[in-house]
Amino acid sequence: MHNRTTTSEVDKEKAKAAATKPASFGEDINLEDYVSSAEELPYESDLSQLPPQTKEQMTQVGVVLDGSRQRSGTIIQMDHSVIHSLAQQEGIEVMSTNQALAKHDWLSDYWWQAVAVDADKYTAHVELHQGDGYFIRALPGSKTIYPVQACLYLAKNKLAQNVHNIIIAEENSELHIITGCATSVREEPGLHLGVSEFYVKKGAKIIFTMIHSWTPNIAVRPRSGIIVEEDGLFLSNYVIMKPVKSLQMYPVARCVGKNATVRFNSILVTPPGSTMDVGSKVFLNAEGARTEIISRVITTGGNIIARGYIEGSAPEVKGHLECRGLILQGEGLIHAIPELRGNLAGIDLSHEAAVGKIAEEEVEYLMARGLTRTEATATIIRGFLRVDIEGLPPQLNVELQRAVEASEQDLM
Amino acid sequence: MLDIKELTVEVEDREILHDINLTIRTGETHVLFGPNGSGKTTLIMTIMGFPKYKVTKGSILFQGKDITGLTLDERARLGIGMSFQRPPVVRGVKTRDMVTACLKGQDGEAVTQMAEKADLADFLERDINYGFSGGELKRSELMQLMAQKPELALLDEPESGVDLVNIVLIGQLINELLEKDCPISMRKCMGLIITHTGHILDYVNARTGYVLCEGRIGCEGDPHEILATIKEKGYGECIRCIIGRRLLR
Repeated sequence: MHNRTTTSEVDKEKAKAAATKPASFGEDINLEDYVSSAEELPYESDLSQLPPQTKEQMTQVGVVLDGSRQRSGTIIQMDHSVIHSLAQQEGIEVMSTNQALAKHDWLSDYWWQAVAVDADKYTAHVELHQGDGYFIRALPGSKTIYPVQACLYLAKNKLAQNVHNIIIAEENSELHIITGCATSVREEPGLHLGVSEFYVKKGAKIIFTMIHSWTPNIAVRPRSGIIVEEDGLFLSNYVIMKPVKSLQMYPVARCVGKNATVRFNSILVTPPGSTMDVGSKVFLNAEGARTEIISRVITTGGNIIARGYIEGSAPEVKGHLECRGLILQGEGLIHAIPELRGNLAGIDLSHEAAVGKIAEEEVEYLMARGLTRTEATATIIRGFLRVDIEGLPPQLNVELQRAVEASEQDLM
Repeated sequence: MLDIKELTVEVEDREILHDINLTIRTGETHVLFGPNGSGKTTLIMTIMGFPKYKVTKGSILFQGKDITGLTLDERARLGIGMSFQRPPVVRGVKTRDMVTACLKGQDGEAVTQMAEKADLADFLERDINYGFSGGELKRSELMQLMAQKPELALLDEPESGVDLVNIVLIGQLINELLEKDCPISMRKCMGLIITHTGHILDYVNARTGYVLCEGRIGCEGDPHEILATIKEKGYGECIRCIIGRRLLR
């Protein structure tokens, strides 16, 4: 077992060396434009006491604040302080990563194992300016009845919010998580740096749904890594339909065990002034591993780069990448970059990408049923954004659709 | 009543239909025969109001109102509906969404009943027209039309690409749509059916038939007699007949 103090020194050294290392993709953010520290915020045991505007913003990203009804646990981080954490089901651990490090001395075995600390200056910054984050774990065989909800909330102007999350589904467990990221910062800039490391053990399942709701001055650089063992399943659903200054993320999943499965579904809507460079990368390193990467992107004037990468390096692996983009109006840009790499015979990788406008033939088909042009267009957009997500529990599906529908009005 | 007067239609600056006159009274079903490329689909797309089809002369009156300048959706809401020969796939839009839209927002039981009638209950949660067979496409189109309850149903080759099992059900659906079991005076719906093969005549009570050749209506009469003539002499004879009449004029 590693000692966190020792590994921490190694990590710190690596982070220092990478402190100015630009990321491979996305606009380079000058970290010196942001402040790294935030005052400690008090613990809030009763979430109904939060200011009404905060509650509304949290609700918009799927967070339930009325006594954690239909949630197996809740954790809320505001700036750098975890202001609330509660596990509500036996076999499920929910706490801040700082608490978890104190409680579990083995946790250092997972620290910076799925994401490299020196991947770029953002990961380095998270290590060097340790904030907090959430630790969510399902014990062996435990299955969440309701999703665990996590909320990362940026409140302080000009803050570079550092978050380091560790999520572990132990053998044969099942963990459903819904994460909402939001901010109250409107006029001033802000930066969200979120490192998330997921570990899906043998026969386990993580269903992770993340909804982002930022504002036009916020830059966002999530850094996620996922390691999936034998017969494990990682299913990610990501939705962003609100403006953001600059978002760049490219989570990397590694299927290391036989028959491991990874699915990424992303729904992106980019308004004018926003730039989103979002992709998913999967390494199929074990026999029979499977992946599916599906994205639906719409620009109403902003810029989208939709990436995807699947690499097959083991027998009988199968992967499919699908990106469909709609340019609704104005001068929006969609650049789809699907990549496949096969390293041996017997693998099955495919991709399809399509970028265009709404087909007039489809609009007219719906109009012939009596819908106005506006109604027909709305119906087609709603359908376009409706990704049938295999394995998504009905309740999560309802919440996901609700998040999508809540933003549809902005598209019309 | 549908009353088409001297209708001339252009598609992409090319005149396709010339001086079409046609009248269908409420309760009646008329059948349009014609070879490929004769303008049959152009005629019903024009009646429906698709913007690609430009009326350069003449008028379309529906229930006494001149609808020539109305948009596609305005005509649909007035009570004109059509079943498409090759309907497009609309990904993400479910069959249920389409039936609900046709039922003007009614969901639930009414949609299920409609789907069961068309033997499409298992298709409600599927993307509309995605991976449907020929028969399923036609049944889906008729299901939507039945939900829409139009006063004028335009059916574009409802039997093409359909196997023998499906054609029976399709015939039943068309009969229900066009109220075959009601006396004409009691019916509220009228129909115009395009048929290439004429098979559909075994299932519907059509009153009048037309042959459309080279964008003109060549003859008008009993649809069964017209079909028998076409089968015997082919469309070539119809074309010669039209050209002959044009020369006599």
